[in-house]
Amino acid sequence: MRALDHKLMRDLWRIRGQAGAIALVVAVGVSLLVMMSGMLQSLRETRIQYYESYRLAEIFAPVTRAPTPMVERVADIAGVAAAEGRIRGAALLDMPGQALPVRAAALSLPRSMVPRLNNLYLKDGRLLAPGHMDEVVVLESFATAHDLALGDHLTATMQGSRRDFQIVGFAASPEFLFTTAPGEFVPDDARFAVLWMHEEALAAAFDVQGAVNEVLIALEREANANDVLAKVDRLLDRYGGQGAYLRKDSMSDRFISEEIAGLSATSVVVPPIFLGVAAFLLYIVITRLVQAEREQIGLIKAFGYTDFEVALHYFKLVIIIAVIGAALGCALGLWGGRLMAGVYQSVYHFPFLVFRVEPSSFVTGIITSVFAASAGGILVLRGVFRLTPAVAMRPPAPMDFSRTGALNNRLRRWLDQPTRMVLRRILRNPGRIGGAVLGIAVGMGLSSAQMSLMSGFDDTLDLTFGVIDRSDVAVTFFEPMPAKTAFNMAHLPGVLEVEPVRSVSAVMRNGRQSYRGSVTGLVEEARLNRAVRKDMSDITMPTKGIVLARALADTLDIGPGETLRVEVLNGRRPTIDVQVAEVAETLLGAPAYMRFEGLNAALGEVGRVSAVYLRVDASKMDALYAALKDMPTVAGVTQREDARAAMQKLMDTGAGAMRYVMAAIAGIITFGIVYNAARIAFGEQSRDLASLRVMGFTRGETSYVLLGELVVVVLLAVPLGVGIGYYLSFLIAAGFSTDLYQIPTGFRPDAFGAAGVAVLLATVVSGALVRRDIDKVDLVETLKTRE
Amino acid sequence: MSRDITFRTEDLTKTYGEGAAAVHALRGVDLEIPRGEIVVLLGPSGSGKSTLLNILGGLDRATSGDAYFETENLSDMNDRALTRYRRDHVGFVFQFYNLMPSLTARENVELVTEIAKDPLGVEEALTLVGLGDRMDHFPAQMSGGEQQRVAIARAVAKNPTVLFCDEPTGALDSTTGRAVLHVLNDVNARLGATVLIVTHAAETARMAHRVIHFADGAIRDVVQNETRLSPDEIEW
Repeated sequence: MRALDHKLMRDLWRIRGQAGAIALVVAVGVSLLVMMSGMLQSLRETRIQYYESYRLAEIFAPVTRAPTPMVERVADIAGVAAAEGRIRGAALLDMPGQALPVRAAALSLPRSMVPRLNNLYLKDGRLLAPGHMDEVVVLESFATAHDLALGDHLTATMQGSRRDFQIVGFAASPEFLFTTAPGEFVPDDARFAVLWMHEEALAAAFDVQGAVNEVLIALEREANANDVLAKVDRLLDRYGGQGAYLRKDSMSDRFISEEIAGLSATSVVVPPIFLGVAAFLLYIVITRLVQAEREQIGLIKAFGYTDFEVALHYFKLVIIIAVIGAALGCALGLWGGRLMAGVYQSVYHFPFLVFRVEPSSFVTGIITSVFAASAGGILVLRGVFRLTPAVAMRPPAPMDFSRTGALNNRLRRWLDQPTRMVLRRILRNPGRIGGAVLGIAVGMGLSSAQMSLMSGFDDTLDLTFGVIDRSDVAVTFFEPMPAKTAFNMAHLPGVLEVEPVRSVSAVMRNGRQSYRGSVTGLVEEARLNRAVRKDMSDITMPTKGIVLARALADTLDIGPGETLRVEVLNGRRPTIDVQVAEVAETLLGAPAYMRFEGLNAALGEVGRVSAVYLRVDASKMDALYAALKDMPTVAGVTQREDARAAMQKLMDTGAGAMRYVMAAIAGIITFGIVYNAARIAFGEQSRDLASLRVMGFTRGETSYVLLGELVVVVLLAVPLGVGIGYYLSFLIAAGFSTDLYQIPTGFRPDAFGAAGVAVLLATVVSGALVRRDIDKVDLVETLKTRE
Repeated sequence: MSRDITFRTEDLTKTYGEGAAAVHALRGVDLEIPRGEIVVLLGPSGSGKSTLLNILGGLDRATSGDAYFETENLSDMNDRALTRYRRDHVGFVFQFYNLMPSLTARENVELVTEIAKDPLGVEEALTLVGLGDRMDHFPAQMSGGEQQRVAIARAVAKNPTVLFCDEPTGALDSTTGRAVLHVLNDVNARLGATVLIVTHAAETARMAHRVIHFADGAIRDVVQNETRLSPDEIEW
């Protein structure tokens, strides 16, 4: 080993504390990079493999009743690789110990038990035995949520008749990674069940013998999905086709796509921040090292080493720290990624996990960290080149503060000397102070943005379940009912107020933009489920025209006054052109509202009701549920509180959980920078501080000189951090917001206050740690050493 | 005790380390330093002179024995009291000046006058060291000698009872060194401060009232100069 390399190793050992800290910051950045890309890659791969292995359909075509041979006709369409018909029905389950029935989808399994499409992944038990019409296989996530066991019995109400079933198996399906009850936005394992049963049993229950009511389609590789959609719609039109849709429009797939997109947004924003911080810290530390070693550098140069060799020596130091950090980061990232992917695997109900990290993410991690570190290092190396042997061998001149004297006269009157020392140091090193300010501000911004999002989610819940939906219970019907039914609801026990709604599935189009959703008809002055403006005032439903949620208006790129085409998918499936009357504020879902009467009129119907919202006397809730349970027309009952809880749960798991991790890591980084700033200030000034102590300054007075700078840095950083956090929260909220839910952003004093307090706390702790060192300074020793 | 004695030590010892590795920096020093004198401590490296200076200056503690400043025993003082002592009575002049690089000459002096009980005027102190016209320069804009003179001005501006100088001319050439010694002489004459100078340079001793020779942690002898030389007459 060459002599310089020996020196390198010794130097590294000497600054091991700081070098280790910087390597850790690099490691955190790289590990986040590797972890998030590994996690994302694995989720994407797992989803693809799951979909492929279990042959998830690419097109779903619901239809009222199509004769079985029609399935073959669909299969013959150019571009269709396979088609499978099945029967799907809605059921209500009586769960023991629960007042409310749970909604369920009942799906048919062919006699072979192996459907061509949408196969099951049997997790426990067995599939249905031939001829046993009372057997069911239950979606495993629902079973887990309710503690169901094999052999348990379930009572299901289908088309008004109650039947008893025995559970023989638990299964997972790529079709139901998330389960969401029809008409609801929030997936909830516990509140929606999926049952698979014999085709004959379902055909009898729903009176569709010799026919199917849903066609599943797989496409050939080169097929044009939209062409196939159009052809399928045409073919099934006369059997009551309700509009075929693509897999990506199914609720389950949309949710998982949104989650992955949310994670992806975070993974783009966060790791670069860490690498930037690491580069900054490296720059500071190496600068200090070079300054302290200027004599040695001069000496080495005097021996005849070239500038390049000397520069390389210091550059190696930078690279070693960066590479150690990056290697550690890769290992941590791999480990963390596998861990997190495992968590997501269970959240998303994947039966298996394909963990895969693209080698490119390691390469990216290492290259970016080395690059970031070099950027910090190169600035310093310029200084090494500039040092001539002669200059380097001379004793160090006092740091030149003459350029900072301008403030002198203005400040003289009211600043004492220690304060001037603090101010001059800040004025002399604006770059470094700026770097520290920026670093702390970014760290604080990141954590406050994450906390902002958390309270943003709370606002989403408050707006949705406190302002827009003020009902206690929503009751949906299997089929649109006459208005009389709604009014009869008022006589049920405990019902204080009834509000009918009519809703239909529809595809809305504006030019090339389209959205598959639903249109809800509200009464003119809705009270229980309303559309509101940004200022929370009621929107009175216009006699003509449609009111769109902001997210929907944005998706369709349409505004008030423009005309929207609505292709209704239910009933007679009319297509209507309707003017956009207003844009409503919603944060959950992307609803479209019309006047109740207007929507019915457009459908050619009068007073038809799809659901009612109820305000209920809380003490009579159980009696109401008992009554609703016995009504054969009721398809589902949703308690507002349950929906809210489900939403909260969703926000706290999955992509939402990453926010907590990010906020915590950002907090750690902020502390790291604050502490580093304090340490460096101490390193540079320890001799001055000792001199002050010798001159009779007390510990407190001496600490003021040291920590004054830190306090100024922090005081500058906090408002900047608020600004950055405000901006970042928009960026991250935009990444997380989807047409399923939107996260409101805005200035959130609580989030910024908490982040600010955390920074101040970090300052106090760092200050206390460094102050301990001031107390330990060896006065005699410091005065003897030159620098 | 007579008010005319600034320092008195009784069997003062200082030991660094323990057992076989123990270094005895001071081995029982007894001495009296009268008020208003210039006292030079001479001796080779490691003879204990700096250790004594540090103990008398309130920077370090003796291992045993007593060190009295006027009537107060420095050995009994806690950290806070020592700080108070340095603040109120002691001026230090360091070999490497130890100026605050971020403060001008004037401000470096003000640093001390702001906390002193009965300070001189800042300008008076700087004029005393011949820097009346360079008060608003930063250390980086001054030569080594000028910096050392600012350091002296800073030390005397508090109007100290005692002025400690550890190798005050060690880093200076002969002309500058003489100028600095002049200043010390003036301060002693005009302010009546007791001045303790630690140095390797034996010639410096000839301007002192009293010279204390150190060897091996103990006082070898104490010499009172019958005639003191002016700094100009000192061979360099």
